Amino acid sequence: MNRREILRRSAAAGLLATPAAGLLAGCATSGGDDKGDSGTYKGTKSEQNPLGVKEDAPLEVVIFNGGFGEDYAKAHEAMYKEKYPKAEIKHSATQEINKTLQPRFVDGTPPDVVNNSGAGQIDFNGLVSQNAIADLGALLDAPSLDQPGKKVRDTLLPGAVEVGSYDGKFLVLNYTYTAYGIWYSTKLFAERNWQYAKTWEEHIALCKQIKAAGIAPWTYAGKHPRYMSWPLIASAIKLGGPSVAMAIDNLEPNAWKSDAMKAAADAWYQIVKDKYILDGSPGLDHIQSQTAWCQGKAAFISCGSWLENEQAKVTPAGFNMTIAPTPSLTSGDKLPFEAIRGTAGEPFMVPAKAKNVAGGLEYFRVMLSKKGAQDFTKKVSSLTVVAGTTEGVDLPFGLTSVVKALEASGSNGFNWVYNNYYRKLERELVDAACGEFFSGRSTPTEFLDACQKGADSIAQDSSVKKYKRAA
Amino acid sequence: MRHGKYPLIITFLVPPLVLYGVFVLSPYLQAFQISTTNWLGYSAHADSVGMANFRTLWHDGQVWNAIKNNAIMLAVVPVVTIGLGLFFATMLNMGGRKGRAGVTGVRGTAVYRMVYFFPQVLSVVIIALLWKEVYHPNNGLLNGALRAFGLPAPTWLGDPRTAFWCVLAVMVWSNVGFYVVLFGAAMAAIPRDIYEAVLLDGASRWTTLRRITVPLLWDTVQVAWIYLAIAALDGFILVQQMTNGGPNFSSDVIGLRMYETAFGSESKFGYASAIGVVMLFLTLSVAVLALRTGRRDRIEYS
Repeated sequence: MNRREILRRSAAAGLLATPAAGLLAGCATSGGDDKGDSGTYKGTKSEQNPLGVKEDAPLEVVIFNGGFGEDYAKAHEAMYKEKYPKAEIKHSATQEINKTLQPRFVDGTPPDVVNNSGAGQIDFNGLVSQNAIADLGALLDAPSLDQPGKKVRDTLLPGAVEVGSYDGKFLVLNYTYTAYGIWYSTKLFAERNWQYAKTWEEHIALCKQIKAAGIAPWTYAGKHPRYMSWPLIASAIKLGGPSVAMAIDNLEPNAWKSDAMKAAADAWYQIVKDKYILDGSPGLDHIQSQTAWCQGKAAFISCGSWLENEQAKVTPAGFNMTIAPTPSLTSGDKLPFEAIRGTAGEPFMVPAKAKNVAGGLEYFRVMLSKKGAQDFTKKVSSLTVVAGTTEGVDLPFGLTSVVKALEASGSNGFNWVYNNYYRKLERELVDAACGEFFSGRSTPTEFLDACQKGADSIAQDSSVKKYKRAA
Repeated sequence: MRHGKYPLIITFLVPPLVLYGVFVLSPYLQAFQISTTNWLGYSAHADSVGMANFRTLWHDGQVWNAIKNNAIMLAVVPVVTIGLGLFFATMLNMGGRKGRAGVTGVRGTAVYRMVYFFPQVLSVVIIALLWKEVYHPNNGLLNGALRAFGLPAPTWLGDPRTAFWCVLAVMVWSNVGFYVVLFGAAMAAIPRDIYEAVLLDGASRWTTLRRITVPLLWDTVQVAWIYLAIAALDGFILVQQMTNGGPNFSSDVIGLRMYETAFGSESKFGYASAIGVVMLFLTLSVAVLALRTGRRDRIEYS
C-alpha cells in the first residue's frame, strides 16, 4: 500500500466521520421509563414542615454560571443546610444547562433544582408540554419562612406568579425582578444639559440635538436586534393598553399589525430614517454595543436591568447609568409615561422526576425568604421577586434608578410573555425582522408583516403546544 | 505459530470494533429511528410519526435557505481552497527558478510554510472569535485599514449582502494552510527529472502546473476535494460563532438549523434528527459523486 492508497483510504474514513450528523444521535432515547414513586423522598408534613421535606434527603442543585455567578446559590444552600443539617447538598454550576442535563431528563434522573437560564436554556415550551416540570403551587400556599402570618404568595411582587404559569399552573419560579427600558448616562446628560424626553416628539428633537453634538443618539445589539423590539412593543402597549401584549402572547390573528403596533413601528422608524443610530451598530453584538455606549459613543441603549452588572468592568467611574421608560407616543396614550415593563426573570424549576421534589420546593422557600432575597440582592446587585427586600441594602446607582422607576410605574407596569411561550418566535423570527428594520432595510409595514408571518408560522405548527393567558 | 493467529487477531480487533459499533454506528442508526418520531428531548416519551418530519422538512423554507447556502459553499470553498493551495504549494516547491539550476521554492519557503499552517493549529472557535474582531465595524482591523485608505467601511457581519461571504472567506483562510502542506508533500514525491526535462523544453510555470503537476497530483487533489466538500456541507462552528446564521438568516447552514431545532430555540429532537439524516445523505452523495467523477488512471513512478 503506497502513500496514495493511504490517502484514499483515509478519505473513505472521512466519510464515516461526517461532521455533526452524529451529534444528535448521542442522546439515547432508551431507558428512563416511569419508575413510579418508589425512589422519591417524602417526609411528614407539619406546621414546621409544610411541604413535607424528608430532613436527611440529599438535595442536588444545578446553577447557571452566568452574570450572577454561583456564590449566591452557595449561600442559599448553606441556609437550607442550617435548617436541615442532615441533608447532603450537591452543588454544581454550568453554562450549558441543556447539554449537561438533557440526558438526565431522558434517563428520568434529573437534579432537584435547576436554574434554567442563559444561552443554553432548555426551551420551556418543550419542557412544559412533556410534563417535565413539577407544579410549584404548594410552595405559594406555604407560609413564608421569615415573614410571619404571610404565605409565600403574599410576599411576591405583582406579576411574579403569572410569568411562571402555563395554563394556570405555576411551574417556573422566576427569581429576579427585571425592568426593561431605555438607558442613558446621567453624567453625560448633566454635562451637556440634556433632559430625558417624555414624549416621542421631544425624543426625536433631543436625538437631533445629540447628533448635532457629534454623538450618536442610539446604538443597539445588531447581532441580537430583538433588544430593540422591547422598547418598540413597550411604546405600542403604552399607546393601546395591555391588550396589545395579550393579543401577541395569545397568537391572535394580526396581533402584530394592530393600530398601536403600526403607530409604534412608524414612530421608531424615525430614528432609523434620520440616521440617529451609531454607524456600524448592525455589526455589533450586545457586549460590543453596550461598550460603545459606555464609552460615550452613543447616548441611548435598550436593555434590561442586568445591564449595570454586565457592564461593571468597563463602565467609567461616575457614568451613573439610569433607566427610563419609553417616551409616550401621543397625549392620548392609555398608560402614563411612567409605565415600564417589569417582569420576573432568571427561571428556576424543580423537574417532575426529581427525587427530592419537596426539598426543591423548600429550597425555593429559602430563596424567597426575606433573608435569602436580601442576601441575593447584596451579592449580585439585582432585585428579586420578593417585595420590600431592598430596605437597608446599599444599591448601586443604576439599580437605584430601577427601583425608583418601578415604584413610579406601580400598577401601570406591564409585561409580555410570548418569548417564554414560544422561544423561537422572539429568538429567531422577531429577531431577524428587527435586524432588517433597524438597519433600514425594511419599512415599518414590512417589519410588522415579517413579525406576523413568524407568529402565524408558530400558530400553524401543530407540533408546538399553545398557551393562552387571560390576564 | 498458525494456531495462535486467531486469538491474537481477536484480542486486537474486538475492542476497537466494539467501541466503534457502540459509539459511532449505533448512534447513526438511532438517529434514523429518532427521525421518525416526534421526540421532544426531555422525557423518554416519543410517538412514531412515520415520514411526517421529512414531509415538514420538504416544505420548510428555513431549511431550504440553509441548504442553498451550503450549496454555494460547496461550489466555492473547494475550488478556491484547492486553487490557492496548489498555487502556494507550487510557489513554495518550484517557484524560485530564476538564476538557478534545478527546481527550488521561492526564498523563505520554510517561513511561509509555517505561517500558512498557523490557522490549522488554532481551534475553530478561536479563529471565529479572531475574525469577529477583525470584522468589527468600528474598531476592526479590516475597517481600520479601509479607513486609512479613505475607503468606505461596511458593517461586514451585520449586512446580509456580505455576512455569508465573510464567513466563507474565513473558511477558506483556515483551510488553505493544510492543503499547502498536503500538496507540498505530494509534490516532493514527483521525480525532479520530470521538471528538469520540462524546464529544458522551455515550458512556462503555468504550463508546468497545468500539464505536469496537477495531473501527477490528481489523487491528492481528489482527496482534498472530498474533505473540503464535507467541510463545506458543515461550516457549523464558524457560522454559529460569527453570525449565528444572521442577519435575517443570510448566513444560515444546515448544521446550525439542526442545532437550533434541537438545542437552540426549540427542543424538537425528532425533527432535528430528520435534518441530520438528510444532511448525512447529502454529504454521502456529494462524496460519492466526487470520487466517481474524479476517477482517472493512476500513474505509478517506477
